[in-house]
Amino acid sequence: MSTASVTGPSARLKWIAGVLVVVYALITLMPLLWIMATGFKTSSDAIAYPPKVLFEPSLEGYVNLFTTQTRQVAGQVSTPETWYERIVHDKGMVITGPSRYGERFMNSVIIGFGSTFLSVFLGTLAAYAFSRYRVPLKDDLMFFILSTRMMPPIAVAIPIFLMFRSLGLSDTHAGMILLYTAVNLSLAVWLLKGFIDEIPREYEEAALIDGYTRFQAFRKVVLPQAATGIASTAIFCLIFAWNEYAFAVLLTSGTAQTAPPFIPTIIGVGGRDWPAVAAGATIFLMPVMVFTILLRKHLLRGITFGAVRK
Amino acid sequence: MAEIVIRNLRKEYGSFTAVQSSSFRIEDGEFFMLLGPSGCGKTTTLRMIAGLEIPTSGEVWIDGEEVGRKPASQRDIAFVFQMFALYPHMNVRRNIAYPLVSEGLPRAEVSRRVTEVARILGIEDMLERPVGGLSGGDRQRVALGRAIVRNPKCFLMDEPLGALDAEFREHMAEELRALHDRMGATTVYVTHDQLEAMQMGDKIVVMNHGVVEQFGTPQDIYDKPATMFVADFIGAPPMNFLRFHGAVEAGATDVSLHHQALPVPALCEPFDGDMVYGVRPEHVHISDGAGYRAEVLASEYLGTTQIVTLATPNGEIKARIPSDQPARMGETVGLTFNGATVTLFDRQSGRALRSDLNEGVLSHG
Repeated sequence: MSTASVTGPSARLKWIAGVLVVVYALITLMPLLWIMATGFKTSSDAIAYPPKVLFEPSLEGYVNLFTTQTRQVAGQVSTPETWYERIVHDKGMVITGPSRYGERFMNSVIIGFGSTFLSVFLGTLAAYAFSRYRVPLKDDLMFFILSTRMMPPIAVAIPIFLMFRSLGLSDTHAGMILLYTAVNLSLAVWLLKGFIDEIPREYEEAALIDGYTRFQAFRKVVLPQAATGIASTAIFCLIFAWNEYAFAVLLTSGTAQTAPPFIPTIIGVGGRDWPAVAAGATIFLMPVMVFTILLRKHLLRGITFGAVRK
Repeated sequence: MAEIVIRNLRKEYGSFTAVQSSSFRIEDGEFFMLLGPSGCGKTTTLRMIAGLEIPTSGEVWIDGEEVGRKPASQRDIAFVFQMFALYPHMNVRRNIAYPLVSEGLPRAEVSRRVTEVARILGIEDMLERPVGGLSGGDRQRVALGRAIVRNPKCFLMDEPLGALDAEFREHMAEELRALHDRMGATTVYVTHDQLEAMQMGDKIVVMNHGVVEQFGTPQDIYDKPATMFVADFIGAPPMNFLRFHGAVEAGATDVSLHHQALPVPALCEPFDGDMVYGVRPEHVHISDGAGYRAEVLASEYLGTTQIVTLATPNGEIKARIPSDQPARMGETVGLTFNGATVTLFDRQSGRALRSDLNEGVLSHG
């Protein structure tokens, strides 16, 4: 009892909290683990009933994901040379070429990171201006920026579709980057303004007096200190742009199609190929997972931002 | 090093006037205090000298050059902030070197000067430490280091000791003053602490509501206040005010309060109306035979002296008397005043009436 504090939770409460966290983690992680496991199953294992928890791993799903195949025709059968050709060969198929998954994944990378960079870059500049300068109608402008988030973005899907068509932005990388940036920018400005407000002005003033220009003071003194805010804002922007489905379905089809609308189309290729879908989903999850784990400290700070003063 | 001249300086934020046409001159090498309660415009004035605020009107002259519209970076000044404003992402050495780096000095020269400054301030052993872990006093030393390393025309300090605890503040105040005496740099120092201002300053400007109330040496400001605000703001406990109504002629050496003639320095101007008899607690004496009577309300023991609170017919008054002199609560005693130190005020405007005491001081204030 000597270490028990009056304000801290009791040992029993901590234990209960621990159990709750573990249970919650299991519930949320279960679907993800199931998807990852399914990616390594064979087609028949994937739909087996009762579901198989233990199974012999196979790379069939991944091979199917990255290749297009056709049925073997008697007389044209070539001997498989590589491991993936052998997997396909065993099913009575031959590989005719790479699938479009790699391309779609790259589109997601370009559009996701491109719009994240733009949102954070513009957001930082705007937030700095709102935080430090006497901007006329500042409160009204800030509210206007916030108001763009007051309805679901998809509510304006039709006008955006028409605008994109007449501007020639449909199914282009630039169009999607622009769109996601427009949606994310309000979040970026508000989040970053909060972070920059927290940085005392004295730091910049000290730099101004030390002989630096306003921009140098911003770059060398404000930016390093806003790094946490910028990182957490970047995560939020990336998660939105990366996962966005509705606009991607509506506005992209070929050249600029991202992974989310592409993955479901795998289902239709050669029957219900669940392992390939699961493999596609697993790979798709990776970048955001890695990004989030790397920056998780900042993310937590971003979520609890404003709740606790340092 | 430089002389600083402020002429009719004015700063407005929309309809709010932070500083109203202030004028004063800071001599080369002076330790100059801007003193006043919070919100009086002292920090705004300092920031206008620094170039962190652009004056609405008026002039700022540093070293014979009008710099009112020039950016801070071109004024060759150093500023010490209350919260230090050390760059948190740099270590001590880089913090001190930062102003030199902006001038593009060669590395060896930067390193030499940083080391020299660190030696002066006694912080050589912490040059490689991050600023985050330093104590308040050490942070303040680093901030001072960053200020003096560039050898600027003047130092501007905004309550630099305000963030330190009381014990340490005393020590740093001495250190600051010693540093100033050694370097002889013009220093403008903002504070709301009258003791600090009296202790360290060569000259003091007392401001209130954006107006310069008085400008002079600590002795003049304490002994010869120009307004009731200054008399009340300076000194602990402040000057006593005995309110009365009457008329005085030029040349008079006493005034009548409650049918008693109380001494004043010879007046230089006549006055008729509501007046205030201002006397410092240490110039109030308890003497049984005196005709001006007061009742002892309370006594605070302070070691060698005691502060006795008394009720007079003209209001409450505090006297600082030796602690061995008896003052029993409820007792009625006589009071005498050291007439040569008294200031009479016009109660309406708060202005001091001119007398032999303050004649020389008020004319240039």
